[in-house]
Amino acid sequence: MDEQLEKELRFHLEQQTAELQAQGYGAGEARRLARIALGGPEQVKESCREARGTRWLEDFAQDFRYALRTLGQRPGFAAVVLLTLALGTGATTVMFTVVNGVLLKPLPYAQPSQLVTVQERTEKPNQYGYVWAFAYPNYLDCKREARTLASMAAWRYGGGTISGARGAEYVDGLQISSDSFSVLGISPLQGRGFLPEEDQLGGTPVMMISRGLWQRMFGGNPSAIGSVVQFEGKPYTLVGIAPENFQLGENVDVFTPLGQDESPGLRNRDRHPGINVVARLGEGISLEQARTELAVIGQQLAKQYPESNTGRSFVAEPLRPEVGDAGATLWLLLGAVSFVLLIACANVANLLLARAAAREREFAMRVALGASWNRLVRQCLTESGVLGLCGGAVGVLLAMAGVTEFVKFWPGDLPRAEEVHLDWRVLLFAVGISLLSGLIFGLAPALRLRRRDLERAVHTGARSVGPRSRRLHGSFVIGEIAIAVILLVSAGILGRTLLRLSSLSPGVDVQNVLVARVALSPSTMANPAGIRAAWKEILENAQQVPGVRSVATVDTVPMREGNNQVSYWTSADLPAPNELPLALATSVTPDYLQVMGIPLLKGRFFNEQDRLGNETVVVIDDVLAQKAFGGEDPVGRRLWIPDAGSPFSSGAASGAAGSDVARVVGVVGHVRYWGLAGDDQAQVRAQFYYPFAQVPDALLGRWSELTSIAVRTNAAPLSVLESLRGAVRGVTGDQVLYEVRTLEQLAAASLARQRFMMMVLGIFAALAMVLACIGIYGVLAYLTGQRVPEIGLRMALGASAQDVLRMVMRQSGIMILAGVGVGVAGGVVAARLLQSYVPGVRSIEPATFALMVGVLIAAALVASFVPARRASRVDPMSALRQE
Amino acid sequence: MKEKSDLPQGTLDLLILKVVALGPVHGYAIAQRLQQVSRDVVQVPQGSLYPALHRLENRGLLAADWNETETGREAKFYKLTRKGRAQLETETASWERLAEAVGLIMKLSPEGAE
Repeated sequence: MDEQLEKELRFHLEQQTAELQAQGYGAGEARRLARIALGGPEQVKESCREARGTRWLEDFAQDFRYALRTLGQRPGFAAVVLLTLALGTGATTVMFTVVNGVLLKPLPYAQPSQLVTVQERTEKPNQYGYVWAFAYPNYLDCKREARTLASMAAWRYGGGTISGARGAEYVDGLQISSDSFSVLGISPLQGRGFLPEEDQLGGTPVMMISRGLWQRMFGGNPSAIGSVVQFEGKPYTLVGIAPENFQLGENVDVFTPLGQDESPGLRNRDRHPGINVVARLGEGISLEQARTELAVIGQQLAKQYPESNTGRSFVAEPLRPEVGDAGATLWLLLGAVSFVLLIACANVANLLLARAAAREREFAMRVALGASWNRLVRQCLTESGVLGLCGGAVGVLLAMAGVTEFVKFWPGDLPRAEEVHLDWRVLLFAVGISLLSGLIFGLAPALRLRRRDLERAVHTGARSVGPRSRRLHGSFVIGEIAIAVILLVSAGILGRTLLRLSSLSPGVDVQNVLVARVALSPSTMANPAGIRAAWKEILENAQQVPGVRSVATVDTVPMREGNNQVSYWTSADLPAPNELPLALATSVTPDYLQVMGIPLLKGRFFNEQDRLGNETVVVIDDVLAQKAFGGEDPVGRRLWIPDAGSPFSSGAASGAAGSDVARVVGVVGHVRYWGLAGDDQAQVRAQFYYPFAQVPDALLGRWSELTSIAVRTNAAPLSVLESLRGAVRGVTGDQVLYEVRTLEQLAAASLARQRFMMMVLGIFAALAMVLACIGIYGVLAYLTGQRVPEIGLRMALGASAQDVLRMVMRQSGIMILAGVGVGVAGGVVAARLLQSYVPGVRSIEPATFALMVGVLIAAALVASFVPARRASRVDPMSALRQE
Repeated sequence: MKEKSDLPQGTLDLLILKVVALGPVHGYAIAQRLQQVSRDVVQVPQGSLYPALHRLENRGLLAADWNETETGREAKFYKLTRKGRAQLETETASWERLAEAVGLIMKLSPEGAE
């Protein structure tokens, strides 16, 4: 473009010169006249560029080069600014990378927006709400009838014991329908998926395994396809390897065809184990259309099967990744980290503001030379934009290292952790916040440039700091302190909470207890007598292991995932099902109290006589005793357990109406079942125990799958693990322990979220405090530096060093107090937020506020003391001479 | 940069469009033609000619091509676009109306004024 312009003008000049020469002028004279006629070549070019509207681009390039040059001239300043910004954007980018991977990224399937989950819905809510587990026959009907759904697939949990050359291992598994892969739009890594004819009763037993298990069992050898694997005591032919993005469950290793499942309940429309259903909308079909059709199918089925399907319908929801409650934590942390970024911006704005004051004469000179105000503001913003981008670039580098650390640091498994990495969205975000923060901190110095002030600056060469600029500096410092207070108070609240919760008694003696799930040998699962014998043998053998003091079985372990909520009533006159109170029901063997160290408060615990045939008995905890019987003695009273969820009578299996009655024989202490943090706020806290020996035969198989053993040891519990594994292996050698935990681990894990939040917020708060202190220091150093002549004058007039010190400290004290005031108000809001998101956090504790604010004030005073003392040491003579 | 033309505001654009309307022509020739036609009465500073050309080109009223002159040199030739021709017509019309109105005012008799 510029070349063409140059060429065009040269052509003009040459023509003009030639003509003038033709008129008789000498060559030199002709050239001179031609140039005069055209005007200054640079001005003409400039005007042409302006006429074309390309000027801003060239200005930008010029400003950009200038910005880099000025930064290079002051490497110290540049380093401080870049480091501050890098920390701010780096921390923010780390949090955003995690939020992006876990919460924002679509599922790793083809056209994920077409995927929906389908659930059954009841008209009348029960205690679990409106949503109901899907019945397999209903799924088959929907799949056949629905025209709006291109395809439909189902799955349910189906873990078990897999045996190979390396011994038996318990693995998580899924039973999946044959079209699970095609619905999600993915294909097996190796081999093939299940065929429709394999997805029905009597089909050839085939299985797929995860890539991880393939590596573990077969070293990733492709020839594994076609080999026969023992799973749950049955031979299965391995037909394929599942790809890693098949994410219907966490850490699933084994897949078997759902249709082959022979368990009788599966094919019931009523009292069934429940399946999960995922579907893909047909091309061009909206979610609404699919919902309408599913509702119609629901009505048809209700007419066809009134006994089971009355009031049942089906609803579709967009398929979303399962992330549990990680979302709230992550958003909270992203909010917290953006505060750190804001402080970083305020700091840099302060630094730039101070520098802008120093450059006032440069700007004044530019104005005098004809630069417009717009042009100067643009230059300022370009400079801060360059700073922002450079800081952001360093920040992204920091974030790359930080993300992996964060994921490792997350308590337990971060959902979708494999999706967490830097991608274009993260980079876009990083560039965005870098530019935005550049704009934020660049705006302050830019807006400071007022034409009138600049003109005055040319005349006076003033070095004084106007009240306006002092206020601006002051408000930045106040803002920084306020934000630091909010973060410090939040971290403090979490710290206090953690201390308080750690000192709570969980209601069990957590020392020296080991719990582990047991997968019974598939061969024993055939009949109830076999199952009972197997458990008896396990308990007896475990008891013989050296170092084991006592042993019991338990289905739902305190502070571990999983619970069984059962409704109860104290008379036969039951209210409506959704008005019944709920309690946590746990089936145990008689030694459970000794193993767990739960105190017996009244009556007795179970003994060998509490078995099928004798009176059904329960032992309740003091919470249930209080709730159900108030002040009266519960021992000898009875509890009515409505049939639907009753674990007692075989009525549960047969479907007979009515309820079971159980005699309360004892009261024990409350156990913080939901963990140290969660128990106080839990919806269902009341507990009762019932004897494992009284679980009816019909339920025994299901119960055995859920039951764990709990072992109290004399020494460190994990030291007996190997001998324990050997002792319970059974005659066939394929009974295995899995999910081995100590109670101490479970108790610690129940506080992991609080601990994690406290650590991360603590890091943010420390960062914020350091940045705020640097900010105070910088601003005071700058302001007092500007006031040196004034201070000199005061001292010459008789002010002592003490007076000067006091004067500067007062100035910083005002800023600190104002910041603390704003910060405490913000801290109250933050405390409320924490209270609603983090279990166990109590309402505002003034002591915590006082402590954290005290820490901050102390740090801020120390930071302001250094410039104050320097000011008090000003030599009046040299200061006045400076003037 | 202000245009230091002695021409009334906007007139330069109209004159350029008029000259270019006669056929593709390069910048120097436009300057010459303006000089000749206005018989040296109107001073067109060459310094404002090129910015004006670029502005008109940018607005889509003119189109430019690099071509050889009759002397075999390469020069940038401007020609009128369809949009430019329409603009020339409306501007010519409004100029004529203005000139007529100004002429009428100038012809007012001194008696009428008193």
